[in-house]
Amino acid sequence: MRRYLALLGLIAASLLATGCATSPGYDYSAYRADPPRSILVLPPINNSVEVNAPYVYLSTVTRPLAEAGYYVYPVAVVDAFMKENGLSEPAEMQSVPLNKIDEVIGPDAVLYATIEDWGQKFHVLSSDTTVDVSLRLIDTQTGTLLWDGKARAIEGSNNNQGGLLAAVIVAVVEQIVDTSADRTREVSRMANVNMVADQSDGLPLGPYNPEHVTDPRRQ
Amino acid sequence: MKRHTRFARGSGLAALAGALLLAGCVAQPEPLYRWGEYENLVYAMYMKPGEAEPGVQAQKLRADIERSEAEGKRVPPGVHAQLGYMNYMQGNEAGAAEQFAIERQLYPESSAFMTTFIERIQKGS
Repeated sequence: MRRYLALLGLIAASLLATGCATSPGYDYSAYRADPPRSILVLPPINNSVEVNAPYVYLSTVTRPLAEAGYYVYPVAVVDAFMKENGLSEPAEMQSVPLNKIDEVIGPDAVLYATIEDWGQKFHVLSSDTTVDVSLRLIDTQTGTLLWDGKARAIEGSNNNQGGLLAAVIVAVVEQIVDTSADRTREVSRMANVNMVADQSDGLPLGPYNPEHVTDPRRQ
Repeated sequence: MKRHTRFARGSGLAALAGALLLAGCVAQPEPLYRWGEYENLVYAMYMKPGEAEPGVQAQKLRADIERSEAEGKRVPPGVHAQLGYMNYMQGNEAGAAEQFAIERQLYPESSAFMTTFIERIQKGS
């Protein structure tokens, strides 16, 4: 019995040690060579048909990045500052030379975001809300790509219980409810959490998060 | 009897190990910051024009900062800068410069950007 318990303990301990950690699949060598403390998020370029997408995205990106351990420049102040200086579109803001950004704002890294897909799609019996943003994190001093990846989340409504008729009714009701309640903000939040949560290819933790010292993506 | 006790202890241990395993996967660490209204205000200023005028924002951000300080929580990156900008929008340049200086002191990473603003305010007045 005692031996059995010891074995059980050993198994539990080894499972705990490995936990949910997966080994990184992304090549983090550029990031590891010069990990940033501060990130400037510029307003994203919008390749979706949803005109509001860039600013909904901007309103959901600070918290996940800051909780991950980075200093995040005030997104709305940055946007206003750029506009005051004659840059009205995200594409113009994203083409400001790095040396100019370094001089005036001074971030360690700049996050260039492009919205690839955004919004609600209606299917016959259901609908889903998609946020898909591609990201490039660039070292301000050298122009090196430190990390690239995605902020992506899909929220679906699944109504297969209760037969076809019930599903149709639910889908119709949801359509009415969902068009008045925009889910993209919540899904955009999830997407930005996913950006850092992915242990295989997500953005590593930054220095303000005490757990960055044990993040396998950083070492 | 003794045997029964031991068995109970064993299953208790297994349950504990299981609970720890589960917790390991979904552990939600304590947030680094108290977030308050900051991101809601950023959302509102773009998406609901009229609902987040500078005066409203300044008032809510000040209330957030006071509450964070009272609770001993850290004010998130950008909040003092956002408040500074709202003060500036209301014509309160001294209040703007003060908040930009707090952001810079709290987060030295913001130094170049906050200094840019502070110098512009000083030149303008």
